[in-house]
Amino acid sequence: MLCILGPSGCGKTTLLRVLDGLIVPDDGEVTIDGRRVTDPRTDVAMVFQHFGLFPWKRLRQNIAYGLELRGRPRADIARSVAHYTELVGLGGFEQAYPFQLSGGMQQRAGLARALAVNPSILLMDEPFGSLDAQTRETLQEELSRILGREPKTVIFVTHSIDEAIFLGDRIVVMSRRPGRIRETLAVDLLRPRQLNDVRADPNAIKLRAHIWDELRREPDADPERRP
Amino acid sequence: MRPGRALAIRVASFVVVLVVWELYGRSVNPILFTYPSAIAAAFGELVGNGELPAYLGQSLQVLVYGLLLAIGAGIPAGVLIARFRTVELATDVYVSALYSTPMVALVPLIVLWFGFKVPAKVVIVFLFMVFPVLINTEQGVKNVDRGLLEVARSFCSTERRLWRDLILPSALPFIAAGVRLAIGRGLVGMVVAEFYTSISGLGYMIVRYANAFETAKLFVPIVTLMVIGVLLLNGARALELWLAPWQRRNSGEA
Repeated sequence: MLCILGPSGCGKTTLLRVLDGLIVPDDGEVTIDGRRVTDPRTDVAMVFQHFGLFPWKRLRQNIAYGLELRGRPRADIARSVAHYTELVGLGGFEQAYPFQLSGGMQQRAGLARALAVNPSILLMDEPFGSLDAQTRETLQEELSRILGREPKTVIFVTHSIDEAIFLGDRIVVMSRRPGRIRETLAVDLLRPRQLNDVRADPNAIKLRAHIWDELRREPDADPERRP
Repeated sequence: MRPGRALAIRVASFVVVLVVWELYGRSVNPILFTYPSAIAAAFGELVGNGELPAYLGQSLQVLVYGLLLAIGAGIPAGVLIARFRTVELATDVYVSALYSTPMVALVPLIVLWFGFKVPAKVVIVFLFMVFPVLINTEQGVKNVDRGLLEVARSFCSTERRLWRDLILPSALPFIAAGVRLAIGRGLVGMVVAEFYTSISGLGYMIVRYANAFETAKLFVPIVTLMVIGVLLLNGARALELWLAPWQRRNSGEA
């Protein structure tokens, strides 16, 4: 799990959209397994900050969306949907419409939809950014548990240092303007991780202080000085 | 407010209006005004002798044909305009010009082209109804959520699935609102058509009883028009909720 960490406006989300093939970069190129990315690929799936569920589809249909587009047989879809609905803890809500679910539950569905297509790379764009603090922490632990059971390559964009340390194996710190990669840090913490253990871990505390200093050294980290 | 209380207020208001109308109406010259019990009696008479059902049938026939044509032409046209920029640029001037033209102004021309019979009336009703459907469909298709469009692209949706999964469901509430607008305008178009072409339907009843100063009977087609309007609007609303149950969030029923 690679976490991309940076102040808002540094282009984290843009980078992720380039990786997904949603935007073609003006300069440079992205290659996955040696193939250049110009369009969205079927083996890469994205979890969106705005959840991106279809309001007119029931939970079950939303989770089945990617599988249907890939033309999987009906029975396979039903089996996968049941499996991932359980995995993200939404069993019993299959018939609900998104508006009947809380934000946290909607993002669990967004995660299930992305996992269901069994992508080789999972992209997550500040997936917990719009949730309240407690829900965010619950979902961080859930994500950690789920990926412990079904390991995946994940690129996770966030602006929360704690989130990056808790979830990441490596953290890429980006600078604001120009949005460059400042440094790449390894997170030296064993898995499975617990939020409380990570908070108290001396390595994590040192890492946290280091990243803070990095971000504070930003020439225009002060919001008043933004152009 | 509890639903029972809301209903009670509605019923009470209705009763008060009827009673005041009845008491006041009886004191006015019956050529100029009338009152509910006289209208009810006239209603019974006109239903009994088959007059109201016959004329109502003529009117509804025109209205339904016009509505079906307006939906059948307005939705595809709106989709095409929203989907292809060329079509939009080629047509938007005429669409906005015709939408802003008071349709009544075109009635003599339509009579010239289509005669006085049912086809002319259907064309008039169609013209009254088609633009709200068309314009709302166009707006609905254009109003698609950019975020969801990105979701569909990210999951490698085909163009056909994009319409099925995203564009049409998201345009549906707009289209339904267009149809509701169209029903209101269509009723106007229907009566106008019945006044200005060969006189028929509820419009005929209105003209005839007004000329004969039979005010109570004059009110029968007017009340019937009100009831048709209310029923059609509620029917369209119910159909919309049935087709788009996720919309219930907006009407506070969930």
